[in-house]
Amino acid sequence: MKGGKIKIRDFHEAKWDEPIIFELSRKGERGILVPEVEKEIEEAVGDGISVLPEHMIRKEYPALPEIAQVRVLRHFLRLSQETLGATINIDIGQGTCTMKYNPIINEILAKSPEVTEIHPLQDEDTVQGALEIIYKLDLFLREISGFSKFTFQPGGGSHAIFTIISIIEAYHRLNGEGEKRNEIITTLLSHPSNAAAPAVKGYKVINLYPEEDGRPDIEALKEAVSEHTAGFIVTNPEDTGIFNPRIKEFTDIVHEVGGICAYDQANANGIIGIVRAVDCGFDLGFFNLHKTFSSPHGCGGPAVGAVGVTERLKDFLPVPTVEFDGKKYYLNYDIPHSIGKVREFYGVFPVILRAYAWIRSLGAEGIKEVARVAVLNNNYVMRKILEEVKGASISFPKTRHRLEQVRYSFEKLKKDTGVTSEDVIRRMADFGFHLWTSHHPWIIPEPFTIEPTESYSKDDLDEYLTTLKKVVEEAYRDPEKVKNAPYNCPIHNIDHEPLEDPDKWAITWRAYLKKHKKWE
Amino acid sequence: MVIKKRNGEIVVHPYIPNSVPEVQEEMLREIGVRDIEELYSDIPEELKFKGEMKLPEPLLSEYALKRHVKEILSKNRTCDENLCFMGGGCWPHYVPALCDEISQRSEFLTAYAGEPWEDHGRWQALFEYQSLIAELVDMDVVNVPTYSWGQAAATSLRMACRITRRDEVIVADTISPERLAIIRNYCKPVVRVKLAKHDPETGMMDLENLKSMISRDTAAIYFENPSYLGFIETHGGDISEIIHEVDGLSVVGVDPISLGVLVPPSHYGADIVCGDLQPLGIHMNFGGGLAGFIATSDEERYVMEYPSRLFGITKTTVEGEYGFGDVAFERTSFAKREKAKEFVGTAAALWGITAGVYLALMGPKGMWEIGKTIMQRSQYAMKELSRIDGVRAPRFKAPHFKEFVVDFNDTGLSVRDINKRLIEYGIFGGIDLSRDFPKLGESALYCVTEIHTKEDIDRLTSALGQIIESKR
Repeated sequence: MKGGKIKIRDFHEAKWDEPIIFELSRKGERGILVPEVEKEIEEAVGDGISVLPEHMIRKEYPALPEIAQVRVLRHFLRLSQETLGATINIDIGQGTCTMKYNPIINEILAKSPEVTEIHPLQDEDTVQGALEIIYKLDLFLREISGFSKFTFQPGGGSHAIFTIISIIEAYHRLNGEGEKRNEIITTLLSHPSNAAAPAVKGYKVINLYPEEDGRPDIEALKEAVSEHTAGFIVTNPEDTGIFNPRIKEFTDIVHEVGGICAYDQANANGIIGIVRAVDCGFDLGFFNLHKTFSSPHGCGGPAVGAVGVTERLKDFLPVPTVEFDGKKYYLNYDIPHSIGKVREFYGVFPVILRAYAWIRSLGAEGIKEVARVAVLNNNYVMRKILEEVKGASISFPKTRHRLEQVRYSFEKLKKDTGVTSEDVIRRMADFGFHLWTSHHPWIIPEPFTIEPTESYSKDDLDEYLTTLKKVVEEAYRDPEKVKNAPYNCPIHNIDHEPLEDPDKWAITWRAYLKKHKKWE
Repeated sequence: MVIKKRNGEIVVHPYIPNSVPEVQEEMLREIGVRDIEELYSDIPEELKFKGEMKLPEPLLSEYALKRHVKEILSKNRTCDENLCFMGGGCWPHYVPALCDEISQRSEFLTAYAGEPWEDHGRWQALFEYQSLIAELVDMDVVNVPTYSWGQAAATSLRMACRITRRDEVIVADTISPERLAIIRNYCKPVVRVKLAKHDPETGMMDLENLKSMISRDTAAIYFENPSYLGFIETHGGDISEIIHEVDGLSVVGVDPISLGVLVPPSHYGADIVCGDLQPLGIHMNFGGGLAGFIATSDEERYVMEYPSRLFGITKTTVEGEYGFGDVAFERTSFAKREKAKEFVGTAAALWGITAGVYLALMGPKGMWEIGKTIMQRSQYAMKELSRIDGVRAPRFKAPHFKEFVVDFNDTGLSVRDINKRLIEYGIFGGIDLSRDFPKLGESALYCVTEIHTKEDIDRLTSALGQIIESKR
């Protein structure tokens, strides 16, 4: 393919027509046997069960399937083959999510018994290696963000947002302003959890809308702030890939009324090493280690949203933090105004380890190169889409350059052909590619979002683009073909209707068996 | 600009294909800009970072990186080489080889938010996990996992508040301190959390105290079974009845590995059940293996209050083909932002798939056998430890599962000292409770599972005997 014409891939995903696991059950089969109890133990304590009062003993076995080991293995291997993992496809179509290469060496390291077989409450002397990794990653992230301290406790980006909101709430409450400051401001193009998490803490949420250039409206912010403002939480660049150059003015405006400014850097891939959170006036913020810092997404976790704070908010972090006294790493539970905890223990250690290893592999120059190449790749893809993909446009075209991603629109394609962005997405899957629309609400019509991280070569990008172009050409030529896609996936298009109807939805196999007769 | 070594040599980093200078130039030409800096022209100069990130020199070769990380990790002492008797929310269990094989598959490991047709296997695997847990708890709805048991409990309580339209919850004071801290923060300042006393002799809830606390403002009672302190709450039915009398909900946290032998909480009136998947085939990972689940009945008023993704089975355009999709997606923050039920995002899906593999392997008999062997082994341990002068196990007069409190008050030694000495024997002793449960004095929470052989338990007993004897 190098240098030559790009071929449209003759692709078909594995289709196994694999039954639901309960359908594989054969009475008496065993998947694994349990260590038998020694005769002496049995003699000493009997069956172990009779200490229970009768009403606490389970009378009937749980109705789990009975399946031989090799069949269980085959079942899940087949399901894995019916999954388009990021490592297998050119996954630039999952915008906002920073799908990048998850180095295999980091997986090997994360599988060491020194990672998997340690208990979080072991004596500190016996987990110095783990504490050192956590502490040093904290130091690295401080360098990247300018913050003074990080916690790795939150188990994902939304969880990090909730942690941030908890810190903001605790800060104002300590200052006797907990009741008065009951509003959080965010932008409509920031992640949905920036609006949702504050509501859990009882905050009224104000969403700022974008102006014509895609940037949040600074006048709207000025109107929104008041003595009721608890804080401001924002993504920058937002999901459009547009950086708000007046961000420092935004944070100044919020600070003037006594609010706290939080930076959602779930995806910081276009600006790591280029712009630091503190220099934009943020008091706290977070990075997703499973996005920018290369830990795999695991179908949606386990993950870490690493929350960093400036000096004045250190005393509010969840306990414990990891500290170093010059000789020894230790856990510090003595945090005067700590919000308490958001997750048990200290964070998902394998994720922390992978982020550590990733930064060690790249160094300061490498990290900047990641950002630069992510931005280069993105602008290359944008240019090609604008030039070559009929019916596609970018949102907020007034703004020329984008950072790490772009929210596009197939509004024209739909007008011309009736084919929607969701139709295109399904058809792309027939060639082994994933594409995604956008978060809600869809203020950009027929959206799709592409984020080509640093992990993809020019040839990879060209292949994706060539296919997207082909699909759109097909939409103009034969719209029905695109609308009825997919054809080459493990299954065809699904029927959403039963999923919305309480009489028909089935969230488990047993619920399906109870309800499915109604479908006939 | 590209990465350069100290001697000025350019590095093409293996993780960044387009760090090849010629390719960059070609792409810049296509875009029509001079250099990458130009693409950053929207960022004001004064916001650009001019300093230097003080990061260590890169370890460019994979070998150097591996060697470096391994060296740090070698400072850890593992529960493979030592005997671990700690649980308390993260437990040493055997992880079947298949659980590792499936959870490390690149497809599952690196997938994220693919659509139902292209990621069919991911959707099916998570639907199956939901279905398998549903059998264990004997309820019809289970969520795609949340972060941990602590979060699952906190969300269960917030769900209960929305369902009952009340804003007060009562929590049994024997709850795990970590989970309590999570619940408190998650409820503050919207929901009041009150603690209910336990009977000092049995550890179980003091029902009279509970009755006196409860009112029509109470949305829910939360207790755990087995409790954090290991005893089994045998009055679950009475507790559920007490809260149901005021139309509140019974919320029970459970260790799923106990449910082969213990009745599921839904049989004694629980309306919402939650717990952690970590015992089901997931390594401890220094606490990184946690994943919370929530289960309820299939009533609409429950289902509509979940913040989590709920994967449902459906039809496709082809007759007879199973498909999967999100049930009632409009509930979620992805659809409704601040008007949603709490929030949802990346949490612990891979551990859900792993727990599904575990339950598929274990089957009904396996879950019974593992529950039984854990009960036998832990009873044996309690019996043996009690033989040591000054040691009492269990501290509470109640049946126990897997964990139990060992009372060292009469030994004249602190748990801290005992545990320090045990390390010399290659043993990680039980969790020191003196900080979180001061009334128990010098007591420790011991955990015995299917991995602990008679010899392991005897080794612990003998070591403890020697440590205590030597102090007398």
